[in-house]
Amino acid sequence: MSAGVLEVRDVQKTFGAVTAAKDISVSVPKGAIYSLIGSNGAGKTTFVNMVTGYIKPDSGEINFGSRNIAGLAPRLITRLGIHRSFQIAQLCNELTVEENMLLAGAIHHDERPSFFRHAHSAAARERAMATLERFHIAEHRNRLIPELSGGVKKLLDIAMAMAGETQVMLLDEPTSGVAADEKFPIMDLVIEALRAEGVTVIFVEHDMDIVTRYSERVLAFYDGQIIADDTPDEVLLDEKVQRYVTGGPA
Amino acid sequence: MRYVLFLYAAIAFVVLAAGSIILPDWAMFLFAMALAKGLVCLGIVAMMRGGVVSFGQGLYYCIGAYTATLAANMWGLSDIFLLTLLSSAVCLIVGVIFGPMLATYRGIFFAMLTLALSMVLYGTLSKMSVLGGSDGLNIAPPTFLGWAPEGRDLQTALYIYVVAIVVIAGTLMRIYFDSEQGLITLATRDNELRVEYLGASVRKVMAYNYIFAAVLGGLGGTIAVLALGHVDPEFAFWTTSGEFVFVAILAGYMSVPAVFVAAIILEVVRSFSNLYFPNTWQLSLGIFLLIVIVTLPNGLGSLLSRRKGGKT
Repeated sequence: MSAGVLEVRDVQKTFGAVTAAKDISVSVPKGAIYSLIGSNGAGKTTFVNMVTGYIKPDSGEINFGSRNIAGLAPRLITRLGIHRSFQIAQLCNELTVEENMLLAGAIHHDERPSFFRHAHSAAARERAMATLERFHIAEHRNRLIPELSGGVKKLLDIAMAMAGETQVMLLDEPTSGVAADEKFPIMDLVIEALRAEGVTVIFVEHDMDIVTRYSERVLAFYDGQIIADDTPDEVLLDEKVQRYVTGGPA
Repeated sequence: MRYVLFLYAAIAFVVLAAGSIILPDWAMFLFAMALAKGLVCLGIVAMMRGGVVSFGQGLYYCIGAYTATLAANMWGLSDIFLLTLLSSAVCLIVGVIFGPMLATYRGIFFAMLTLALSMVLYGTLSKMSVLGGSDGLNIAPPTFLGWAPEGRDLQTALYIYVVAIVVIAGTLMRIYFDSEQGLITLATRDNELRVEYLGASVRKVMAYNYIFAAVLGGLGGTIAVLALGHVDPEFAFWTTSGEFVFVAILAGYMSVPAVFVAAIILEVVRSFSNLYFPNTWQLSLGIFLLIVIVTLPNGLGSLLSRRKGGKT
């Protein structure tokens, strides 16, 4: 693997008396698949939110390539190639599945979104359908979001995030709210699609089976700090991780 | 798909313009005023698509009307095309100044700030005797590229001009609503977080809609003052803005023709209610709006829209 595409250095974040991130330093190599584990409130989502611009760190650097992106607006970070999905899928409920995908395509189009180019043009619909088919959700294209299952919503959320030139993808609990029998098929689909494009992946996950099966490296969070940073097997055998995260041997 | 839109636009122009042959003067005036106000309401609808409603669109209606009147009275400009261009340009500039500032506000804050701006203008104009104070100003009938019609000819020319402006503006707004930016506007109404995380600026979307609405407001005000021959600060008063919101709600945000249909319905209901129940005509308008809200919560436009369940 090459040098780190995402370098986080000494990042801190407090909310009043609560320290959500304490001297977080991570180097994520290009094309790697990292998972973030930890109990609720450990700092995983804060980490994702800081990298994607939702929260501005109090101090520290988040370097993407040669640029410090700490504190940049989410849309600017997205434009640089760092995309994300959400724990609760963020979709436009009043639009159909296809329109959600058209929206992502319109924003990530080679040219700026146009005031004249039809959003439902044949070319745009073709691109949207290709992505929906790749994620096996094309059959739902004419349905509104509230009519969809949790799994389809998650897939659409990730498919929309991937519409642009993605270099780093952060997935916040990609299998939460998904039926047990859908979890592995969904992760298979997503990871395969991301790997095919050489995208660096960082995903937050509570299910250790998913962590061990899909990630190359695991960052274990506790109380706003990274308490372990290693391969899945090593991290899950770590004494601190067993005590504070998994609650016992995996 | 575009040629179908242009075909509809051409048919709409011919049908509406044909009204000038059969309509009596009073009806032509009523339609011209309704269509002029419909332009202002179309601007509100553009903002509604992004999830905000302006309660102060009288600001641009008034600025457009005063700009045309002052240009006519001070510089002797009488050409309707020049007056329209000038008023639209002034409203564009004012919209560009206020748009980015207001684009960060939502809901009641946006509504109240827009209302406040229009009331500041109302208060200022009412106290400025140089601009006619609360009595306002008169404007001479316009000319059309050097042609100075009178009587029925003037009424007809003005009506056809309004129809042309409405058809052009309506077509352009339909193209915008159907465009990529139009889809981003609809998505913004629904989920701003998603739009920002896809890489688009929600603030810019809001500012664009506000600026378009400002220009449309100016167009409406210019046409109204030319039809009426008089402008006063009431153009910026909150009841005038409320009337525009009334039409926008009646129309819904899905269909462009519905906005002008709603504007015509309001003018017709008001005119006849005023004639037959002079003391209670507002009551009949209120009942009419209630019926529309209960039976068509997404407005008259939901009858014409192809969108699912009339929800979007």
